Amino acid sequence: MAEVSLHKVVKRYEGVEAVRGIDLTIGDKEFVVLVGPSGCGKSTTLRMIAGLEEITDGAIQIDGTVVNDVPPKDRDIAMVFQNYALYPHMTVSENMSFGLRLKRFPKDEIRRRVDEAARILNIEDLLERKPRQLSGGQRQRVAMGRAIVRNPKVFLFDEPLSNLDAKLRVQMRTEIKRVHQQVPVTTVYVTHDQVEAMTLADRVVVMNDGVIEQVGAPNELYHSPRTRFVAGFIGSPSMNFLRCKLDREGEDLMVRLADGVALTLPAESRERYREHVGRELVLGLRPEHLTETRPPRNGEVVAPFPAVPDVVEPMGMDTLVYFRVGREEVCARMDPSANPRVGEPITLAANLARMHLLDPGSGLVLGTRPTG
Amino acid sequence: MSQTAQASSVAVPRRTMRQWLKRPSTIAFLMTLPLILLIGLLVLYPAGYAIHLATLNKGMTRFVGFGNFEFLFGRETFWMVVKQSCIFAITAVVFKAIIGFVVAHFVHNIPSKGQRKWRGMLLVPWVIPPAMSTLAWLWLFDPSYSAFNWVLAQFGADPVPWTGDAYWARFSVILVNIWIGSPFFMIMYLAALKSVPDQLYEAALIDGANWWQRIWYITLPMMRNIIAITALFSLIVTFANFDIVRILTAGGPLDLTHVFATWSFLVGIESGDIPLGASVSLFMMPFLAIAAVIILRDVVKRGSQA
Ligand SMILES: Nc1ncnc2c1ncn2[C@@H]1O[C@H](COP(=O)(O)OP(=O)(O)OP(=O)(O)O)[C@@H](O)[C@H]1O
Ligand SMILES: [Mg+2]
Repeated sequence: MAEVSLHKVVKRYEGVEAVRGIDLTIGDKEFVVLVGPSGCGKSTTLRMIAGLEEITDGAIQIDGTVVNDVPPKDRDIAMVFQNYALYPHMTVSENMSFGLRLKRFPKDEIRRRVDEAARILNIEDLLERKPRQLSGGQRQRVAMGRAIVRNPKVFLFDEPLSNLDAKLRVQMRTEIKRVHQQVPVTTVYVTHDQVEAMTLADRVVVMNDGVIEQVGAPNELYHSPRTRFVAGFIGSPSMNFLRCKLDREGEDLMVRLADGVALTLPAESRERYREHVGRELVLGLRPEHLTETRPPRNGEVVAPFPAVPDVVEPMGMDTLVYFRVGREEVCARMDPSANPRVGEPITLAANLARMHLLDPGSGLVLGTRPTG
Repeated sequence: MSQTAQASSVAVPRRTMRQWLKRPSTIAFLMTLPLILLIGLLVLYPAGYAIHLATLNKGMTRFVGFGNFEFLFGRETFWMVVKQSCIFAITAVVFKAIIGFVVAHFVHNIPSKGQRKWRGMLLVPWVIPPAMSTLAWLWLFDPSYSAFNWVLAQFGADPVPWTGDAYWARFSVILVNIWIGSPFFMIMYLAALKSVPDQLYEAALIDGANWWQRIWYITLPMMRNIIAITALFSLIVTFANFDIVRILTAGGPLDLTHVFATWSFLVGIESGDIPLGASVSLFMMPFLAIAAVIILRDVVKRGSQA
């Protein structure tokens, strides 16, 4: 059992508040990913859990004990750094066994654990090499091996894949997931890559500017973001935001966009938005919910959406089409067979069952509970 | 040059003088040739001349081969100088290295704002000309009027014959050498310390290393090359030290603090036996050369695998 919990954790450097009161509980064996833009305080949070950074205010508990004043070595954690931080003068097996040797483990136990970790990570042939004789991906594995042999309560990862090339990154991502399935340990993983976050996490923690914006399972964040920040951060290409006005026409509610296009809301969402009729709002619609016109699948409610493509980007699996509504740029995701051309008007289908309406002032997504 | 280059680039491949001239290594050699000649002139000529001198008789009229060395090996004073030089150089280098390492650690841990000031101040002993600072030390060591003995007197202790007694005189010359030389180690080690990535220490911290283990398993191995090169360099310079001993004790009392350079000066210049003086100063060369080869080979080997 190793639960990690943060209570109103604050980190202040002279002048800046890097982390501004974080509450988070990470369950036993759970894989939690902290994600957010550069400078939002992810690394700082992770380093406070590791004990490499002092906690200005609040408390961190590991396994029920407050560890604010416990040095890193007594927290029973292992950390994988962005640039691996392998000891350059030690061989791979020496790197992996360093912590155990310091703790004076018996030789055959060390041997056994190193071999076991090497087997899991597929680096059995590299044990006698020095780090500089390894490729980036291999170093990454060794860094993970060093964490695994310690058999810690908590794994901490700080952007472990960002030094790898795109292909290797995808490969190592799967590897990390596989290792976590084989060696299930409470894990906190920091990244600024939302794809990494979505694919790896049991739960994703979206951070922005020192606070948590939202915590949830990957699909939950994707389908029901609570703030404009989360809505825009999760998903790629990111959600389109369009200024609009919510109007009533008889029983129907409709959003009117800048250039006069009016989209009728599906009947189910009427109740949710009724109180906002007449207000200026922001419509949030993901590119994948703005597609070529096609027979609606079950439950889909689509509204016609006229567009004149400015830019067309074929991606293979689908084609991204960019066009303007008023002064705002919008991205749609079409099937390549629709074959859109720049300058030729088309009619897209907006899947309004999947749209969001946001309050332009607070940036909160309407109809969801506030963050808490 | 450009004409020959063009000509040979179209010519059928053939090992010609022109092709040889075109090779990058040849060009590099030719471009460094002036410097090589200059160094040869400034280093090899005096060294060669010293070796030549060492093989002559006192009047520099006759070739005596190893005669001077045979004569030296038979003299007790010579072996005393060898012993004193080794004690002097090795003790001084060891302490300079230790002090330099400790001070470098302290300076490294000072927040970067104040660090420049400290670095500058700590370099002072190394920057002022040794002859001058040694003079200052000479005054400090003065048996009757010096600050040291005054302080001792305040505590009711007997005055210490800093340069008068053999053991104290040895202690004093070594102390001054350490004082002058430590900043060099400090600055070299500081540079080395700064090149060790912080994350290695953080990784070690998480692996459970205490501060001593971090120094032993991280800092020292990461600094090994710098430590070796600095020590070698300092060893050579310290073995050849002249000014400190000359000014502080002039080799006395009873020749007990002489090192190679001062004794060779005494024998060669002051007593007028230049070939013998040259032999004295040449004696250490083979030993230092061997030490240099061993240390540097180790550095190169490690450098290519670290
Ligand atoms: N030692 C420090 N002194 C002062 N400010 C710091 C220090 N370390 C971090 N900060 C500030 O704290 C904030 C959060 O930093 P942090 O490293 O946690 O960001 P991050 O989310 O990990 O970003 P990135 O994705 O770029 O790694 C930043 O604004 C940064 O400038
Ligand atoms: Mg970071």
